[in-house]
Amino acid sequence: MLEIKNLHARVEGNEILKGVDLTINAGEIHSIMGPNGSGKSTLAQVLAGHEAFEVTEGSITYNGKDLLDMAPDERAAEGVFLAFQYPVEIPGVSNTQFLHAAVNAQRKYRGQDDIDAIEFLKLTKETRNLVKIDEKLLSRSVNEGFSGGEKKRHEVYQMAVLEPKLAILDETDSGLDIDALRVVAQGVNSLRSPERAFLIITHYQRLLEYVVPDFVHVLYRGRIVKSGDKQLALQLEDKGYQWIEEEARAATV
Amino acid sequence: MITGTAGQQVKKVRLVPTFSSRDTLMAAQAPQWFYAMRHAAAQRYNQLGLPTSRHEDWRFTNIASIRETAFELPTSVDSGLVAAKQVESVGILGLDGPRLVFVNGRFDSNLSSLGTMPKGVEVLSLAQAFTSRQALLEKHLGTLAGVQDQAFTALNTALADDGVVVFVSKGCSAVQPIYILNITVADKPLMTNSRNLIVVEANAAATVIEDYASPREDVYLTNAVTEVVVGDNADVTHYLIERESHKAFNVSSLYVRQGRDSRFTSHSILFGGAIVRNNIYPVLDGQGCDSLLNGLYVIGGDQIADSHMRVEHTKPHCDSRQFYKGIMTDRASGVFRGRIVVRQDAQKTDAKQSNENLLLSDDASANTDPQLEIYADDVKCTHGATIGQIDEDQVFFLRSRGIPKQTAQALIVYAFASESLERMEVEPVRGFLRSQLLDRLPAGAVLKRLL
Repeated sequence: MLEIKNLHARVEGNEILKGVDLTINAGEIHSIMGPNGSGKSTLAQVLAGHEAFEVTEGSITYNGKDLLDMAPDERAAEGVFLAFQYPVEIPGVSNTQFLHAAVNAQRKYRGQDDIDAIEFLKLTKETRNLVKIDEKLLSRSVNEGFSGGEKKRHEVYQMAVLEPKLAILDETDSGLDIDALRVVAQGVNSLRSPERAFLIITHYQRLLEYVVPDFVHVLYRGRIVKSGDKQLALQLEDKGYQWIEEEARAATV
Repeated sequence: MITGTAGQQVKKVRLVPTFSSRDTLMAAQAPQWFYAMRHAAAQRYNQLGLPTSRHEDWRFTNIASIRETAFELPTSVDSGLVAAKQVESVGILGLDGPRLVFVNGRFDSNLSSLGTMPKGVEVLSLAQAFTSRQALLEKHLGTLAGVQDQAFTALNTALADDGVVVFVSKGCSAVQPIYILNITVADKPLMTNSRNLIVVEANAAATVIEDYASPREDVYLTNAVTEVVVGDNADVTHYLIERESHKAFNVSSLYVRQGRDSRFTSHSILFGGAIVRNNIYPVLDGQGCDSLLNGLYVIGGDQIADSHMRVEHTKPHCDSRQFYKGIMTDRASGVFRGRIVVRQDAQKTDAKQSNENLLLSDDASANTDPQLEIYADDVKCTHGATIGQIDEDQVFFLRSRGIPKQTAQALIVYAFASESLERMEVEPVRGFLRSQLLDRLPAGAVLKRLL
């Protein structure tokens, strides 16, 4: 589904990604871990198409297409979804209005008719219950006045309504209490399917207790330096990143 | 110079350097005090002349193009000028109250529908009021709109020949909004001088909508003055909707005096016009007043929209709020000048002023100048202004959900403006303006479908 080859990217002249290679197949859950500043969020933003990040080398192929050639909205309509680490507030646009517009924009791209109003209501109601998000919250402006946890749950809510093929979660678990974390995990697990893949970027392995990944990768100084299964996450939790750094240093000497 | 009193026929008026007075429609009915008032105003105008950008209050708004145009005054009622069908297509629909249509500054009874007024409510044209409501006019006309410093107000006073008079007696309510639709069609540059008087007595209520529209792209100058007397504990809402031709000029001045415990709300929406100057001068002249000035200007091309406010607190325990937002694109220029004056007696004043601007192009500009003038020592006054561009992070967020770039930008601009529209309580007006706003945004049509 997704093939990242030798990806180099920079922001404001600083090279952050220095040759990332990663292949994700449909149905798989991949987790990327790594210390602060290793390039985790940059990778997420590049996948979603943020223009502030400049790709200087390498390629990303998504379902046979050149992802880097697509605008962010085209990527979304093709099924790429990014749950933001820091969701933005948009005063004046209600959450429901915004999501309705997003659903219809994606449908238009795919040559489908607008979603039926009743169908949309049904869809949002089911999803609302799934992520336990208050209806009143959704009538307010996008993320305005939301707590950190509400913002993150709102991201999962959008994901569940938009039903992406490739969902990228950028530290969606950070700053959540255990109940909110369970809600987020439940959202991800309920969407898990053979057609859908997840890339879960996290700082802690806590989420991975609830969402079991098929692969765990360590991103360090802009490169994936180690890959493994769930055990790797536990190791990292246990031993920190020190040994990864040492291994990486040894490898470059 | 103006030499004669009313009686001379002069058709062409060049605003600079001088003009002469002339016969008006009301000449037959107008009383002596009114002639005296006009005469004084004409003299004052001749002394003042039109302002230039050397005047502090006109620093950012160059009106050379007004000065250089030779305007004619409307000569007679031409009732065939605008067809009833046109009124339906130009006007705001869905308002159930009285509708007064003015064509080229003159009341057109055929196009208007007054219906049955609620008890204690009178709505009539200024020309009619001179026959039936002289005492009321003599008591109020010109008492708020001073001609001393304001050239355009002096000009209006000297030349005004029609407008609307609204009178709501003690404890009565106009219930439905009173809709005044001003349409101008001018083959040659024309100047209209509408003069409105709104008197709402104690414990009474009224909503008045002043709407300025052009069915064609004509050159003309609307120079309107509205005086609003808000009685004790009364409630008045005023809408000014400017959506005239992009070749038209509009100077509208709203003078308000609020009595004790009264509520006054002004909504100013500036979409049209080549040069638009909107003056609002409320005086909170009794304890416990509440004043809300809500404004939105959305302009493009070479348009200039200048909002000028002076909110004067004279008595204690009054609250005033000014919320103005501007969206400028192309080479348009938005100007905001808001002054809050707190007199020595006006302790416990709570005044707030904010002006936020969104620039959508490199050549658009915003000038904002919030001012405080405070003589009391126990007050709470805040003011703030921002000038910014569309937030790219917001655009990216929307795009990452599948909304195309242009639509995302339009949505953000729409959201920015919609806060101003949400403050309006009359739904047909709010809905109409929402639609007009979307029509003015790039990708607005797509947005209309999505929302």
